[in-house]
Amino acid sequence: MPEPVVSPEPLPTPFASELGSLADPGRHHAPLEIAGEDPRGLLDALRRMVLIRLCEQAIATLVGSGEVKCPCHLGVGQEAIAVGVVKHLTARDHVFSAHRSHAHFLALVDDPALLLHEVFGKATGSSRGMGGSQHLIAADKGFTGSNPIVGGVVPVAVGAALGNKMDRQGNVAVVFFGDGASEEGGLHECLNLAANFVLPLLFVCENNFYASQMDICLRQPSDRISRFAEAHHVPVRVVDGNDLVAVSHAAGELIAEARRSGRPGFLEATTYRWLGHVGHREDIDVGIKRKLDDLVQWKQRDPIARLRQALQTTGHLTPGAFAAMQQEIQARIDQEVAAARSAPYPDPAVLLDYVYCQGGS
Amino acid sequence: MDDPRKGTNYGEAILAAYEYLLATYPKVFTLGQGLWSPWYVGNSMTNLDKKFGQARVIDTPISELSTTGMAIGASLLGYRPIIVYPRMDFMILAMDQIVNQAAKWRHMLGGQSHAPVTFRSIINRGGEQGAQHSQALHAWFAHVPGLRVVMPYTVQDARDLLIAAVLCDDPVMYIDDRWLYGNVIDALPPVTELRLVDQRPEVRRVGKDVTLVAASFSVHLAMQAAAALEPEGIACEVIDLRVINPLDVAPVVASVAKTGRLCAIDGGWRTCGLAGEVIAAVVERLPVSVLQAPPRRLTLPDAPAPSSKPLEELYYTTVAQVAQTARELCAMRRVG
Ligand SMILES: Cc1ncc(C[n+]2csc(CCOP(=O)(O)OP(=O)(O)O)c2C)c(N)n1
Repeated sequence: MPEPVVSPEPLPTPFASELGSLADPGRHHAPLEIAGEDPRGLLDALRRMVLIRLCEQAIATLVGSGEVKCPCHLGVGQEAIAVGVVKHLTARDHVFSAHRSHAHFLALVDDPALLLHEVFGKATGSSRGMGGSQHLIAADKGFTGSNPIVGGVVPVAVGAALGNKMDRQGNVAVVFFGDGASEEGGLHECLNLAANFVLPLLFVCENNFYASQMDICLRQPSDRISRFAEAHHVPVRVVDGNDLVAVSHAAGELIAEARRSGRPGFLEATTYRWLGHVGHREDIDVGIKRKLDDLVQWKQRDPIARLRQALQTTGHLTPGAFAAMQQEIQARIDQEVAAARSAPYPDPAVLLDYVYCQGGS
Repeated sequence: MDDPRKGTNYGEAILAAYEYLLATYPKVFTLGQGLWSPWYVGNSMTNLDKKFGQARVIDTPISELSTTGMAIGASLLGYRPIIVYPRMDFMILAMDQIVNQAAKWRHMLGGQSHAPVTFRSIINRGGEQGAQHSQALHAWFAHVPGLRVVMPYTVQDARDLLIAAVLCDDPVMYIDDRWLYGNVIDALPPVTELRLVDQRPEVRRVGKDVTLVAASFSVHLAMQAAAALEPEGIACEVIDLRVINPLDVAPVVASVAKTGRLCAIDGGWRTCGLAGEVIAAVVERLPVSVLQAPPRRLTLPDAPAPSSKPLEELYYTTVAQVAQTARELCAMRRVG
């Protein structure tokens, strides 16, 4: 028997950033490069991003005042990924998301009413007041469902991709998730399934470097989540998630390929959330690892400002037109907040009625 | 937030158990999500990482299944891990490790090896959190032979049963409820280590008219209902089960033999739940002639948790419902 070896002090968790400038909050602050892009498409994308931002900020205010009580995980700062991906989808595709799903929902639905009524818990909301912020659906728009079990909807999205494959209509499934979800074993099984069965599924990892209060450097040896997809032979694109143009190009290519050949793809988009993990405050997670300095820098990589500046310097947008766009959207949000306040709560009977399709309670 | 009241609250009692265990037993360690965060698990683990080091208080990636396996595996080597699930709902991802591995390990290997691991899961509901962030699944686990299931109600039990769970040689599911975190006692006595196998249900209030049986937060409801009924001349006996697997119903049977009336209250669903099990176990052991009224149970309706406030208010059992059920039972008397 060999002598037992008593090891020295354990090594700290090894971590290497493999994302280069994409992970660097001090980079990518300049206006986007939009030469050769369709300005109308970009203006529409800008409008949707502003809708998301203003809607999230309105919800933040309502959470802060206590009027909205359900837990809200807001996506301020992450708008470009939702809009850049959804641009390539139709209502016949199937989109899934997790707890931080407002942006994906709004990008598809393009109206704040259903979301705002839902966060108030009203029967007029997207889930008829049964879900709140974390459980959304707009089936007629292609938003198949979101919910807050980390990684929980990823296998379901694989199933939707299987259904799309069987349907042979060229429709695809898309699943949005965070870097944290890649720590659940299910995601790895799904990558293998999608690759092995050749399923038209786009995995979209919004890598914001945090899962709740935990910096990715404390959770994984690398910050590049797409390495898992490569291991399963799923084609990968890695982009600055705060660059609408870059997201849109990469997503467009992967989705087109999924429609054409049925193959899955993996889009990793780096970004940062401006607010705490849950709720309306910026500073709630600060102190564990997330630093205010980083947040200040990431705000310079603002996906909306970078697109707006590009459109303005190229003469496709005036400051006045942008202000008018914001005002119009804000008015629509204010109108729906007022409507949601006076809308009815769900009828108590639905507590049992929604359990089964055909009675049983 | 600082509790303006004096004394020790339920969350602090859990913290005291960790401090005692980590200070006394070098083989104890704890892992789970949010353990380095000041807010994830209420006030029940504050600053443990700073006091005992991040090698023994481990914040993990979001990997419930495999971190649970890690805890089980280390326990086979003699460590005493406490794995924490900030919400019981997330623990469902670890079901295989808990049920197929830990609970069966000793039995299927002929008693030669065992897994002294503690699964600490937190019931955290209300606040419009909805269907996947509200569940109280204790009955599932109590169904599994090989898994001891502990549900403290009192502040002192919150501390002492956690210590007993960790010192127990079997896998233990320890379940605490965030709705109890505000409960306070003046002062916790010094720790006396308890043997989990010796722990029995406790009579928390003596009465002659009706027996109210519950565990965890449901005992809180029963105690309040009992206090409300006292001026009406109804004397409730309240029994706190404390350990729901293995379930010792003898004290409940003795109480119902005296009162002739039984109401079981549970924060889980009705069908195949703890309340039904208690009633069945009591009825099996008593001659029918003892019962003055058919036993009743108060549980959640068999539906997932809703999210909007008015529906939440309908969903959860209230003190008023417990009191009304006790009144109805006491209005009944066996004829013939
Ligand atoms: C199975 C499960 N485990 C833990 C949680 C608690 N939780 C909610 S969100 C979250 C972090 C998720 O991080 P990430 O996937 O990166 O998404 P982000 O919040 O950054 O958008 C955690 C741990 C959960 N909801 N579900």
